[in-house]
Amino acid sequence: MPTRFRASTPEWTSGAISEPAAPARPDAAPRVRRVKPITLVRVAVFLAALIPAARLVWGFYTNDLTANPGDYITDQTGTWTLGMLFSSLSITPLRRFTGWNELIKLRRMLGLFAFFYAVLHMLTWVVFIHYFEVSFMVEDVVKRPFITVGMTVFVILFSLALTSNRFAIRKLGRRWQSLHRLAYVAAIGGVIHFWWLVKADITEPRRWAMGLAVLLGLRVWWAYRKRASSRASLQRAAART
Amino acid sequence: MLIKKAPDIRSSEITPKSVYLRRREFIQGSAAALVAAGFGSLADDALAQGGLPKLPNVKKSPLSTTEPPSAYEHITSYNNFYEFAPGAGDGPKKNSTKFKATPWTIEVDGLCNKPAKYNLEDFIKPYALEERIYRFRCVEAWSFVIPWVGIPLSEFIKRAEPQGKAQFVEFTTLHDVARFPMQRTDVLEWPYREGLRLDEANHPLSIMAVGLYGEVLPAQNGAPIRLMVPWKYGFKNIKSIVRMRFVDKPPRNTWQAMAPSEYGFYANVNPTVDHPRWSQAREKRLPSFIANRRTEMFNGYADQVQGLYAGMDLRRNF
Repeated sequence: MPTRFRASTPEWTSGAISEPAAPARPDAAPRVRRVKPITLVRVAVFLAALIPAARLVWGFYTNDLTANPGDYITDQTGTWTLGMLFSSLSITPLRRFTGWNELIKLRRMLGLFAFFYAVLHMLTWVVFIHYFEVSFMVEDVVKRPFITVGMTVFVILFSLALTSNRFAIRKLGRRWQSLHRLAYVAAIGGVIHFWWLVKADITEPRRWAMGLAVLLGLRVWWAYRKRASSRASLQRAAART
Repeated sequence: MLIKKAPDIRSSEITPKSVYLRRREFIQGSAAALVAAGFGSLADDALAQGGLPKLPNVKKSPLSTTEPPSAYEHITSYNNFYEFAPGAGDGPKKNSTKFKATPWTIEVDGLCNKPAKYNLEDFIKPYALEERIYRFRCVEAWSFVIPWVGIPLSEFIKRAEPQGKAQFVEFTTLHDVARFPMQRTDVLEWPYREGLRLDEANHPLSIMAVGLYGEVLPAQNGAPIRLMVPWKYGFKNIKSIVRMRFVDKPPRNTWQAMAPSEYGFYANVNPTVDHPRWSQAREKRLPSFIANRRTEMFNGYADQVQGLYAGMDLRRNF
């Protein structure tokens, strides 16, 4: 896809090159700094993404986390890890449908929020479920497939979070994009983790799975269309000669 | 970062039952009226009564545990009751506010000499109500101590006169989508079913519970009548029962049908046999963030019930 947007072009990392400063105009009137719409959206999304965590803190102080607060927090943080991960995977479709390419500026933030909630989720497992007992944790990871999958997802999110900075993008070059395609694996793993852990009611994991099918389906469809159209243009080119 | 909170009600703050039961005398005693009024309301708060009708003439029982009961508020706001809401939490409480347990009919049938249909009142009228304070252990590794009010199940069995062929008793929950909204979905196979071996059902610890904290059962705890077999996981203790049937083969219980590798027929509390997805070695005595107790064999009732399973492989018969 011939997108030349700065953030999606790993090689093109220098702000100085991509956005040459306007020549100084000594005679110009003092410039009014306008807040760009995307900045407002970023701030709003940032605050919104903190709401689930804030609600847990509030619930803790008002004693409103059910009689089984450990399990409740585990469920909530797990759900919001998926929520943030899915939001970050929705950015590309949103960009294509709205044509508003600047939305890409939300993607890293949402990905990092997914990691943030994954860390909290992981901590509930370490503290509430196993109370720092390493042997229990190891047993859990080895013995229980849904934990194995969950742990894999956590490792993926951890490595993606570690490399979500300009330095890593520059350093990894093309490999950065391949690495970050693991976000899809994380989303698939997250849904499997949820599906395998519910007792009977698969309503919720099924909903996530359908969302995932849409997000991944769109990408498959786009890839298919791209191939079809490039084949068509090749044929046209061949027909002209 | 573990911040441990003290439970809402320390056991030292709970008014002793004996004092509590005489609270009206306190209030009526004119000299102490002012003081007692305050004390009376304190007692009500401490026990957080549900304001449901009180059950008369409840006897105490030597089979009760001496552990302090969990708070009414917690027992009634953290439930698994899939007919109202999926999963453990306050969903059953929230979704059951309009539930009506009247009229209620219970059918006794199958391999017995006295099959009959009863109104709930007639079903329980001949028997004395007993308070049974039991440990309650959910298969999801959390637990409470619950002061039930009930009647030994053996009384109902005796009245039905089971025939020699009857080896098991099967229980069925009401199937009524108007009263149980989740029965419109296919989350579980409706109606919910459970079963006991006849000797388990006749064990003195097994009761049909009709009350909680001296009052009639709240909807979310299985109104108007439910099974309570304290050495088994919570899901065995079927709620809102409308049918008791004597059979010669082990009845297929709902959770066993859902996931036979995870839930067996016996469902005896057993810390040495893990659920495939979590350990059963410890439990959370709620309210608690962490597993603060070791789970005991047969939920601490081993002395009374292990004889029922002599020679059985409990790993296979889980």
